[in-house]
Amino acid sequence: MTPLSKATDISQPAAHLRLVSDRAGGATPGIKLSGVSKTYRSRDGDVPSLRPLDFTINDGEFFVVVGPSGCGKSTLLKMISGLLPPTTGEVLVDGEKVTKPHGNVGIVFQNALLLPWRNILSNVMLPIDMKGLARDKYLARAKELLKLVGLEGFEKKLPWQLSGGMQQRASICRALVHDPKIMLMDEPFGALDAMTRERMNVELMRIQRETGKTVLLITHSIPEAVFLADRVLVMTERPGAIAAIYDVPLPRPRSLDTMSDPVFTEMVARIRKHFFTQGTLD
Amino acid sequence: MAEARSPSGLSKLLNAAWVRPFLFLVFIVVAWDLAIRLFHIPAYQIPSPGDVVAVLKTDWPELLRQSWPTTYATICGFLLSALFGIPVAMLIAGSKTVETYVYPLLVFSQSVPKIAIAPLFVVWFGFGIIPKVISAFLLGFFPVVVSAVQGFKSVDPDMVDLARAMQGSRFKVFCAVNLPHAMPAIFSGLKVSVTLAVVGAVVGEFVGSNSGIGYVMQRSIGTFDLPTMFAALVILALLGVILFWIVDRIERLVIPWHVSQRDDIIFAS
Repeated sequence: MTPLSKATDISQPAAHLRLVSDRAGGATPGIKLSGVSKTYRSRDGDVPSLRPLDFTINDGEFFVVVGPSGCGKSTLLKMISGLLPPTTGEVLVDGEKVTKPHGNVGIVFQNALLLPWRNILSNVMLPIDMKGLARDKYLARAKELLKLVGLEGFEKKLPWQLSGGMQQRASICRALVHDPKIMLMDEPFGALDAMTRERMNVELMRIQRETGKTVLLITHSIPEAVFLADRVLVMTERPGAIAAIYDVPLPRPRSLDTMSDPVFTEMVARIRKHFFTQGTLD
Repeated sequence: MAEARSPSGLSKLLNAAWVRPFLFLVFIVVAWDLAIRLFHIPAYQIPSPGDVVAVLKTDWPELLRQSWPTTYATICGFLLSALFGIPVAMLIAGSKTVETYVYPLLVFSQSVPKIAIAPLFVVWFGFGIIPKVISAFLLGFFPVVVSAVQGFKSVDPDMVDLARAMQGSRFKVFCAVNLPHAMPAIFSGLKVSVTLAVVGAVVGEFVGSNSGIGYVMQRSIGTFDLPTMFAALVILALLGVILFWIVDRIERLVIPWHVSQRDDIIFAS
């Protein structure tokens, strides 16, 4: 099993930084993609969105995907959650093939997407309502999660009464309330200002450590990717393929000081190089 | 609110929401009266406001009696357009096939002048309430459909995906996401629809009826009784305003969370 067999062929001078990830062999694979590709049918013919992908995300791993716009990152997320069938190949979550929405994921999008007619608590409870689970069993958990993200006392507020960062925190609670194994995050902090974003990154890392979830996060920001990830997957331009997968050797717990670590800076420079050589600056 | 803190009682009164249109109405009536006096417009062309008020006063019981059939037909027609319009919009928004088959025809049907086909309903259903209801329904139906389709279609696909990924059934997702999302658009359609339903009912009464405000208008225009005709117009306008207001109140109850209603919510933080 060599998930990096498709690794980039561009020449890399600082090759000592490119640690080929071999963790997949040891730990239990939470998500496994084998030969997964996606081609959209349109009036002008077939549009390939993703070239066949093979990689594994381990249980409890923080896995970050970076890539240029329109490289099929969101398609990847939809296929893992079971919303979209892959054109070829198969997605395995917990060893089971994904054919329809399996509910073992919590999703966070760029916009908080809170329902404006529900208060914060009731928004967080949406997955419970959708899954038809007993409300009273999860109410305490929902409140606890809101406390975890610092939204205690805002349960009865309507979404518009909260700031963008607070809304996004509520949507993270919503993704966690039904206790899924996997959190899928599609540029979750892309709509926030830079300062809020850094704070949210630190907080997200803490939440992931405390809950032990497997996280697949998609981002445009290379520093964010390196800061958060155990491993970073770099994608090429559309149709998306794996350019490289990097292990991030930075110790945990990380703080904002980590960003001045030379390893961090080198990693960021290394990943950025992919997009320079491809001629796309993200 | 700035109004609440205003020092003088009079300016507070002048700023109250309901006073403003009332003041404007008074202004129009005064201008109307002045214009008649200044330009010596004869009473058989435009009656003076005083004459209209006099008719409203003396003929009030009769006018009130005649306004019931119109109100009844309007409300029935309006309810029918909501009852059919919203499900039709759901189908159109939910299925590309239904949309391509039905929507163009629906738009096409709107270019048929209702007043021209209204006599047909009289031929089919006689002089009773039914032709009026159908006419009110036909006028009220289209705005409900158009607004509701737009409302159902404007839901964020990511939001639907999110709910679907939680294994929500189609029906559950629809009730939790699509339907509430479409409510503001549906209500704006209903508001247009209710005023048009009044027009529809009157059209029905024009072409064949022996009761209702439309009938009163038809009769008074035949005898050049312009004050009565204008009094009937005032009643119709009142009817439209009251029905619109009722729908508006219901909207506030149903979607208190919407942007358009937010000034009513006390901001706690």
